[in-house]
Amino acid sequence: MTSIGTGYDLSASTYSPDGRIFQVEYANKAVENSGTAIGLKVKDGIVLAVEKLVHSKLLVPGANRRIQTIDRHIGLATAGLLADGRHLSNRARDEAANYRETYNAPPPLKAVADRLGLYVQAYTLYSSVRPFGISTILGTVDEDGPGLFVVEPSGIFYGYNGAAVGKGKQLAKTELEKLDLSQLSLREAVIEAARIIYLVHEDTREKEFELEMSWIGPETNNTHLPVPQDLLEEAETKAKEQFEFEDDAA
Amino acid sequence: MDHFPTNWGRPRNDAIDAYGTYPIHSRPKNDQDAFSAGVQRTQQPIVTGTSVLAIKYKDGIMMAADNLASYGSLARFKDVRRLHPVGDHTVIGAGGDMSDFQYLQTILDELTISEFTAQDGHSLGPAEIHEYLAQVMYARRSKMNPLWNSILVGGVKDGKKFLSYVDLLGTTYSASTLATGYGGHIAQPLLREAVEGREDTLTEEQALAIIENSMRVLFYRDARSLNKYQVATITAAGVSISESKHLETSWSFAEGIRGYGAQTQ
Amino acid sequence: MDHIDFNRLKTGEVNLGTSIMAVQFDGGVVIGADSRTTTGSYIANRVTDKLTHVHDRIYCCRSGSAADTQAVADIVHYSLQMYSQAAGKPPSVHTAAAIFQKLCYENKDALSAGIIVAGWDDSVGPSVYNIPLGGGLFRQPWAIGGSGSTYVYGYCDATYKEGWGRDETVNFVKNTLSLAMSRDGSSGGVIRMCVITKDNVERLFVPGNELPKFWEGHEVLGAAPKLGKVVPDVVPMAVE
Repeated sequence: MTSIGTGYDLSASTYSPDGRIFQVEYANKAVENSGTAIGLKVKDGIVLAVEKLVHSKLLVPGANRRIQTIDRHIGLATAGLLADGRHLSNRARDEAANYRETYNAPPPLKAVADRLGLYVQAYTLYSSVRPFGISTILGTVDEDGPGLFVVEPSGIFYGYNGAAVGKGKQLAKTELEKLDLSQLSLREAVIEAARIIYLVHEDTREKEFELEMSWIGPETNNTHLPVPQDLLEEAETKAKEQFEFEDDAA
Repeated sequence: MDHFPTNWGRPRNDAIDAYGTYPIHSRPKNDQDAFSAGVQRTQQPIVTGTSVLAIKYKDGIMMAADNLASYGSLARFKDVRRLHPVGDHTVIGAGGDMSDFQYLQTILDELTISEFTAQDGHSLGPAEIHEYLAQVMYARRSKMNPLWNSILVGGVKDGKKFLSYVDLLGTTYSASTLATGYGGHIAQPLLREAVEGREDTLTEEQALAIIENSMRVLFYRDARSLNKYQVATITAAGVSISESKHLETSWSFAEGIRGYGAQTQ
Repeated sequence: MDHIDFNRLKTGEVNLGTSIMAVQFDGGVVIGADSRTTTGSYIANRVTDKLTHVHDRIYCCRSGSAADTQAVADIVHYSLQMYSQAAGKPPSVHTAAAIFQKLCYENKDALSAGIIVAGWDDSVGPSVYNIPLGGGLFRQPWAIGGSGSTYVYGYCDATYKEGWGRDETVNFVKNTLSLAMSRDGSSGGVIRMCVITKDNVERLFVPGNELPKFWEGHEVLGAAPKLGKVVPDVVPMAVE
């Protein structure tokens, strides 16, 4: 970043001479400081999983959730500034409700992602605001079947079969690419998602973390719900086993 | 062809201009003063549903309404659902204007979604939904723009049966048997006779027989009713709304009736 | 106010909301009516007989105010008895219709009566006369009346053919009335019919639970709302 320190990085409303907006790039850095979040799109559903770093043992377990429900059939996971995630999920709920009000139908995720993209982008235009320090994974099962999107701090969004954001996104993406997502059952996807989160956490050797997982599929009547406790525990047990074998081999 | 665009889409007044010959293009009057601008008129129901019945029984609440939406005396829509589930513990049944009922369904859907997305361990029960409806109905009547319905709210949550009424004025009351519209006149006495004192002993079969009998009497006596209806049961196990049922009716006794007095042939 | 009171019935008055009909065929006429009498939307009588005998082979179908049409029919019944005694022969259907018409026209401001007169006589055989609200007199091969009739004009126009026999005509009346009764809240109950021929008057009866059925639409509109607890208890945000 050659222009750093030359004054072009103080405002989102100013380009650098080589056409970049540094505030947006810094926002991406904020995302990368955060625990990893991943999303898997399989044949009949969606799994969201978050490595929620716990920075204090005094925190109540389960507090500060990073997976939120936007509509009956839409879930959202963020990596980055927690408060920004809260704000954006509230906005997403409003947008989903507004779509319902207008069209008397459940919003397709594409429409919500579109509106969130426009909203996030607006925060890259003004000197008075800072861009969102989050990347957002949106998952659904809607009229078009399962859907998975990521909205970035620039406001741009892409559709994915498997998505990863946050600190461990590179490793997580490598792991996701190894999976045959279109053939995976939703329960298998839950197991895989837990495994990947544990793997990337092991890689970074960060502080304590909680695994947060939700899913949307036939078993939940296509509504977005936390993964049931027994399945979550099973997935975590299996996720931990991968390291035991490694230890044995070593 | 009406050449006056401000008249397009507005009904012609047949009472004063039966043949559409009135020659002067009159615009809708603008507000004359600040006071008249503040005046809103109440409307009237257009597409309407008739009675809703509900009783308490051993396992919970049973509610019934027919499938007719009338347009004045025209039996216009015979496939309308007037019983609507809200969340996992509640059913509402509405008589009166069906467009207002549909509006209530959408705002209740909105409410349940915002409750669901909060994921805070709470879910709305029948008591909360009834209270919410009562506030909405009263607020609208206070704007001189009521939602033209009378509604029964029934449900079971945390082992408690709930059955209550709310109408276009925001009036509420509850009892172990309730009925809206003509049902209030015709079915309510029958329901009270059959149910009061037996709320915790009536079986589902007995409750169904009571409801069915009242629906039959209503069909005999209410000119805006239909012999096709649905029954909802709300118990600890959840909500269930039946497929449409057809009433068995009896008419053969009338075959020998002749004229209105002395006539014999 | 720009409101003109077209509502001829007085508050609380008993109304023959009604679907009525008469059709002539080669050997006679078939007349028919529903059986509902209402005050407002309350069904005061669900088994009314609206087919009223005014002479041996002449009947009328009554619609409008029950009180008015009964009074008129009683007067016509009396007049026709007097006529047949004086003339020494039964009155023609036209004679009966003319008396009805005179009463309805001369008292049009006081009456709410829409009457169909039908029967068989020696001079023209079967005939049907319609006397609508203002008191006009119209001979027709088939006539329908009452509030329910407005829903079935199209059906009658599309279905009626000349040259039918008795059974086809009975079916036409039965089907038409059933259709009218299914759409008109002010009509309903049973169908009563009379087949009036030279030799006799035959009464027919269709119970309210055996009416001919037509398209009845879907059982209920739209897909059933999803029910049952798919949503397990959500994880509470624990505060210790």
